Amino acid sequence: MLNRTVAPHFKEIKDVNLVEPEKMVYANGLKTFIFQAPDLDLIKLEFTFDNILLKEELATLNPVLSSMLREGTESLTSKQIADTVDFYGAYLMPEYSFDQSSLTVYTMHKYVDKILPILADILQHSIIPQAELDTHIRNNKQSLQISLQKNDVLARRNFYKEVFKGTRYGVLPTEETYDAIERAHIVELYRKQIQPANCNLFIAGNIDANLKSLIATLFGQEWENTHELVKKTSLEFQPYSSELLIKEKPEALQSAVRLGGLTINRRHIDFPALQFVNTLFGGFFGSRLMRNIREEKGYTYSIGSYIGNLRHTGFITIASEVGVDVTQNTLSEIQKEFEILRNEKTSEEEIALVRNYMQGMLLGSLESIFSHVDKFKAVYFSGLGTEYYQYYSYILKDMNADKVQDIAQRYFDYDKLFKVVVGKI
Amino acid sequence: MINFNRFKLDNGLTVLVHEDHTTAMAVVNILYKVGARDESPEQTGFAHLFEHLMFGGSINIPNYDAPLQSVGGENNAFTSNDITNYYITLPSNNLETAFWLESDRMLSLAFSEQSLEVQRQVVCEEFKQRYLNQPYGDVWLKLRPLAYKVHPYRWATIGKELRHIEEAKMEDVKAFFQKFYTPQNAIMVVAGDVNLEEVKALAEKWFGDIPAGNAYERNLPQEPKQEEARFESVEADVPVDALYIAFHGPDRLSPDYYATDLISDLLSRGSSSRLYRSLVKENQVFSEINAYMMGSIDTNLFVVEGKPLPHISLEDAEKHIWTELEKIKSELVAENELQKVKNKVESTMLFAELSILDKAMNLAFFEMLSKAEDYNQDVAKYSAVTIEDIHRVANSLFVKENSSTLFYKS
Repeated sequence: MLNRTVAPHFKEIKDVNLVEPEKMVYANGLKTFIFQAPDLDLIKLEFTFDNILLKEELATLNPVLSSMLREGTESLTSKQIADTVDFYGAYLMPEYSFDQSSLTVYTMHKYVDKILPILADILQHSIIPQAELDTHIRNNKQSLQISLQKNDVLARRNFYKEVFKGTRYGVLPTEETYDAIERAHIVELYRKQIQPANCNLFIAGNIDANLKSLIATLFGQEWENTHELVKKTSLEFQPYSSELLIKEKPEALQSAVRLGGLTINRRHIDFPALQFVNTLFGGFFGSRLMRNIREEKGYTYSIGSYIGNLRHTGFITIASEVGVDVTQNTLSEIQKEFEILRNEKTSEEEIALVRNYMQGMLLGSLESIFSHVDKFKAVYFSGLGTEYYQYYSYILKDMNADKVQDIAQRYFDYDKLFKVVVGKI
Repeated sequence: MINFNRFKLDNGLTVLVHEDHTTAMAVVNILYKVGARDESPEQTGFAHLFEHLMFGGSINIPNYDAPLQSVGGENNAFTSNDITNYYITLPSNNLETAFWLESDRMLSLAFSEQSLEVQRQVVCEEFKQRYLNQPYGDVWLKLRPLAYKVHPYRWATIGKELRHIEEAKMEDVKAFFQKFYTPQNAIMVVAGDVNLEEVKALAEKWFGDIPAGNAYERNLPQEPKQEEARFESVEADVPVDALYIAFHGPDRLSPDYYATDLISDLLSRGSSSRLYRSLVKENQVFSEINAYMMGSIDTNLFVVEGKPLPHISLEDAEKHIWTELEKIKSELVAENELQKVKNKVESTMLFAELSILDKAMNLAFFEMLSKAEDYNQDVAKYSAVTIEDIHRVANSLFVKENSSTLFYKS
C-alpha cells in the first residue's frame, strides 16, 4: 500500500555548467562575445551600450534615444525598417535600463544576412527624424498620464525620487521633460553613445564561419567611432528620509505600499548571502512576507522583496498592493517580520528549503543558450567572471542560522528604510 | 516540431511525455478541462477561486508548496474561461516529488475552512488589484456582457462581482471538486529531462489508484448569431479616452480560425502593421492601437482597441478604425504582406520550442482541443491560408451587426 504521507527521497540538486563565450575585441574597440548553439534555428544579437549622459539631470533622454533607433536612417525610413524586419520574421527591440541601453535582434538563421545590414545602418547612420520624434513624445506623454493613475507606479516613482535623489537613477520622465526634448540633444547623445568603443556585442546561436566574417566586416571594420569616449564618473548618493510618506487617494480600494533603501551590489562579497536572506524574507512564493501577509492574513494578492543590482549601488525594495482597511496592519506586519529576522534564529529546515529552492531556480534559469548570455552579462557588467556562480553556489550551501542573522542585522533595518503609501491609511 | 508519446491509465488519465535531455529540469503540467465557462451564472469566479484552493493542502499532504520548494521546484497555475492549468518545474532528479504532490490533490483536497477563508480574501484583493483599482481595469467586466448575451463567456474568469467570491461555501467547493477534478477530466504532460518508461512507472504508482469519477458532459448554451450592432458608453476617472470594438469570430476548431488570427496580425502585429502604420504613424489618430483574437475554444471575440490622441473624438477614432477594416474587406491583401505575417508565425513557433514549460502547455492544450499531434500541424495551417481566405473571412467578420462597441470616456 502506497504511503502518501511520506515525501519521495530528496536528491541533491546539480550545480550549473555555464557556456563560456568566445571573446574578441575589434580594432574599433567593439567587444564581442559569441555563444555557440549549433542546433538552434534562431540567432540573437544584442548590442549593449553604457548609458552616456549629457548631464546627470538629463537621464530621461537615454530611453528616448533607445526607442528612436528604429525610426530611420539616412537611407531607410522607419516604415522600411519595420517592413523588412517583420517580413523576415525578426524582432528588433530597443531596451533601456538604468546603466545600459541595448538594441537586440532575434532572427531566424536563414535570414540573418538580410537583417544584419539593417542593424549596421542603424548603428552608423540613424538620423532621428523630427516627425518620428514628435510622434514618440506625443504617444509616450499619453502613456505616462495613464501610468500616473496607477498607485503602484506612483509609489515606485516616489521611492526612486527619494532614495536615488541627486543621481541619474532618481531622474524620472514627466510631461515637462518630454516637452523639453530637443532633437539636437538626441542626435548628440547618439554620436556619443552609439559607437563601437562603447559597445559590447553578445551573439548567440549557430554562428558559423561565414556569419562571423559578415559580423567582422559590418561591425568590426566598417563601424567607426564618432566621438571621444566620455569618461565615466562615479555617483554620490545622498542620505534619504526614513519617514513614512503618505500620498492620499480618497477613492482608492487598495493602497500601494513600498519600502526600501540603498544596499550593496553584486561586486560586494556579501551579495549572494544578501540574496539568500532576501529570498527567505520576501523573494519567493514561500517567503515569510508571502506566508504571513497573503497566505495567513489574506491582506494582498502579492507581496515581495527584491534586491536590485546597479553599477553604482544596490537597492532593496519591498512592495505590495493591499486593501485600504489593512494598510496599517500590513506595515506593522512587515516591521514585525524585520524584527523576527534580526532577532530570532532561523530554523535549519527553513534554511535548507530556501537553499534548495534557489539552487533549483539557478538550474532552471539555464533554459536555452540565450539564458547563458544573460547569466554571463549579469556578472560581466559587475566586473566579475562566471566563476561567480561557483562562489554563489558555495555561499548557498554554506548558509546557516548564524550567517542569516548576521546578514539580517547588517542589511535589514526597517527603521532606516524609506516608506511610502499611495492610497489610504 | 515536438515529439511525444501518449498513454492512458485505466482511470482515464491521459499522459503525454516529451523528452528533452538538453535541460536538467522537468515539467509536470496538468490541465483540468474546466474553466469559467463551466460556472453557474450565480457563482461566477468559482473556477479561479478553486484554483487557489488547490494550494491549500491535500488529503495526505498539509502543505503543497514547501515540499516542492524543498526539492528545488516551483509551481503556478492559471484559470481561463476554458481551462485550469497547473504546472511544476523542478530539477529532473526530483521528478517523483511532483507526482506525489499532484496525485494527492487529484485524489482529494483537505478542504480546510481556514484556506477557504483566506483565499476568498486573497482573490478579492486580486479582483481589486487587477480589475477595480486600475485605470481601464474593468473593461472586460463591461465588454464581455455586451458581446455575449447567452454564452458563459459573458463573465470574466475573476467573476462578475466580488459578492460571488465572498459567498463561496465549502459544500460548493467539494461539489466542484467531485465534478471536475477527476482523472478522466485531466491531461498530464511530463516534459524535459525525463524518460518514457520512468514516467509510465511513476504515473501508475501515484495516479493509478485514483478513482475515475463520473464523466462530465459539457452542455453550454451557445451564443446565437448577433443581429444588431451594440453600443455602450461609460465614464471613468481615467486621463485618456479609450475605444473597444469586439466582433464575434470563429471558434478554435473552425478552419477559419487561422485566417482570422492572421487578420489580427496584418492589422496590428509589429510596427509594420496596418493599424499602427496608418493610425499611429501616418495619421496621428491614436497613441496606441491593437487588434487581437481572444483564442477561446467556443465562439471567439476579435477585438480592436485603441486610445485616441487628445484632439480626436471617440466618434472620429471609431470612423478611422472602420476605414481600415473596410480596406481589408474591399482590397485583396498583397502576397508579400501575407507572407510577412506567416513568417512571423514561423519564428514565434521556434521561440515556443525553447522552453520545456511552453512545450508542455502547448501539448496539453492541443490534446484537450483535439489531439496533441495537431500542435505540430499549426504552422502548416497558417501557411495554407490564402489571400482569398483573408478576404472572405474579413468580410464575414467586420460587419456592424456583428460588432459591440464600447466607448470608455475620461
